[in-house]
Amino acid sequence: MSAVAAPQANGYNFAYLDEQTKRMIRRAILKGIAIPGYQVPFSSREMPMPYGWGTGGVQVTAAIIGPDDVLKVIDQGSDDTTNAVSIRKFFAKTAGVATTTETRDATIIQTRHRIPERQLTEKQTIVFQVPIPEPLRFLEPRETETRKLHALADYGLMHVKLYEDISRHGHIATTYDYPVEVADRYVMNPSPTPKFDNPKMHMSPALQLFGAGREKRIYAVPPFTKVRSLDFEDHPFEVQRFDKPCALCAATNVYLDEVVLDDRGGRMFVCSDSDYCEERRADGHRGELSGEAPGLHAIGGAS
Amino acid sequence: MMAKLNDKPLLSARNLGKHYGQRLGCRDVNFDLYEGEVLAVVGESGSGKSTLLSLLATELRPTAGAVNYRMRDGQTRNLFDLTEAERRFLLRTDWGFVRQDARDGLRMGVSAGGNVGERLMAVGGRHYGRIRDTASDWLNRVEIEPERIDDLPKSFSGGMRQRLQIARNLVTHPRLVFMDEPTSSLDVSVQARLLDLIRGLVSELGLAVIIVTHDLAVARLLSHRIMVMRQGRVIETGLTDQVLDDPREAYTQLLVSSVLAA
Repeated sequence: MSAVAAPQANGYNFAYLDEQTKRMIRRAILKGIAIPGYQVPFSSREMPMPYGWGTGGVQVTAAIIGPDDVLKVIDQGSDDTTNAVSIRKFFAKTAGVATTTETRDATIIQTRHRIPERQLTEKQTIVFQVPIPEPLRFLEPRETETRKLHALADYGLMHVKLYEDISRHGHIATTYDYPVEVADRYVMNPSPTPKFDNPKMHMSPALQLFGAGREKRIYAVPPFTKVRSLDFEDHPFEVQRFDKPCALCAATNVYLDEVVLDDRGGRMFVCSDSDYCEERRADGHRGELSGEAPGLHAIGGAS
Repeated sequence: MMAKLNDKPLLSARNLGKHYGQRLGCRDVNFDLYEGEVLAVVGESGSGKSTLLSLLATELRPTAGAVNYRMRDGQTRNLFDLTEAERRFLLRTDWGFVRQDARDGLRMGVSAGGNVGERLMAVGGRHYGRIRDTASDWLNRVEIEPERIDDLPKSFSGGMRQRLQIARNLVTHPRLVFMDEPTSSLDVSVQARLLDLIRGLVSELGLAVIIVTHDLAVARLLSHRIMVMRQGRVIETGLTDQVLDDPREAYTQLLVSSVLAA
């Protein structure tokens, strides 16, 4: 169905949400961009999908998308998992926009869990689906108090959490949703992306928008903004490292997923970013398992 | 025995009062507290002692009067004119608050070391090793084995929890500590050890303490001066020994005589 064929309800002309709602969301986004890392409350709408499936991200995307945009949706780094497929179809149907699985072609990338391996550009916007926007939530249950802590930049508690990690595990064991400080001011949850992706947020040329539908919060990191992962002087921030390159495309310095191959302990590690992996294989890169198991390339993301 | 002390009051209450609507919390409270001085506030339940403590610790806003405090920079300020940021900074650096129930004063889901280290991190401590060393040093000072630094307060006995609370409060070297019935939830032998510890720390660090208690023995053991409250007013004030040995007011006499001879 194209955008033209969509029913012309009153006050509606494009991409599922009515114009008033989009206006409200855009105002929240603008405020978020003006105050990097600050959680802007917005009156999140019911969406035709359950909370936890990206209702916040979908609303942000619906508010910024235009007919000329090209949308990519990723879930766990992959373009063909349920969540990614259904959101991509949703926008293809309600906005009639072009969709893609290729990072370089997309103008808007909605994501859950990953930032693409390929460096984003100034022409792109990445929209994160956020389940729990409040970094202090599990340390301080009162919303009134967390707001005050943000207002006063009173972030000692955040370090108590990291302290506990080190004292229990000998290192900072938080591996995803790793708290960051944005533009030397607000502490922010980067959504459940692995901490591997945190450095990509720092000085990113792409606009980064975050939408939390259930918690009704929008926040943003404008392009070329400082994003620093919290740490201790004697326990500096580190990203995950992998012993082996991707088994399909031999990429190193990428985030890998473990895939269990059989019930005898066989396993492989492949790029979590399926588009990146595919692109490398198209360029002739070969990993140790590519070619051997023809059925497996689908796991790497070739759809 | 004590650090050099300033002759100007650290904290002074002037005509301090609090009404909860029509109901009286406390009224017309006036006193000065000097550095290194321990003031006990005694009285029966409902006499306004807890209201007074909450006012002094800026947890409640008064309906009348002021509390002036000499800040570390020497300026004397009315506590209720401070901004929220200044007030919080004061609370976690220059002040301590030891609660009756350790569960209100500790983070029960955070290890002992984390509890002690929290204030250090709140004032900008970002070196794990040093925070941990300081925490373990303080655990030692309050007679908690440093091996228990990674244990949760849940696994601690009542007396240990109170001592942990004290360490957590004293780690930033505050000048003033509020204590709300710090020993009343403990059994007698544990109480005695805790009081001994508090007395030692108070004189060693030259702390000013305002301690609210209904236990006159605690007041006698710890405090230099005492304030007796009844129905929201201060009815008698003076040196602890003087008031307890030779009470002037009928109510104080009753209070003193109702204690079993110890």
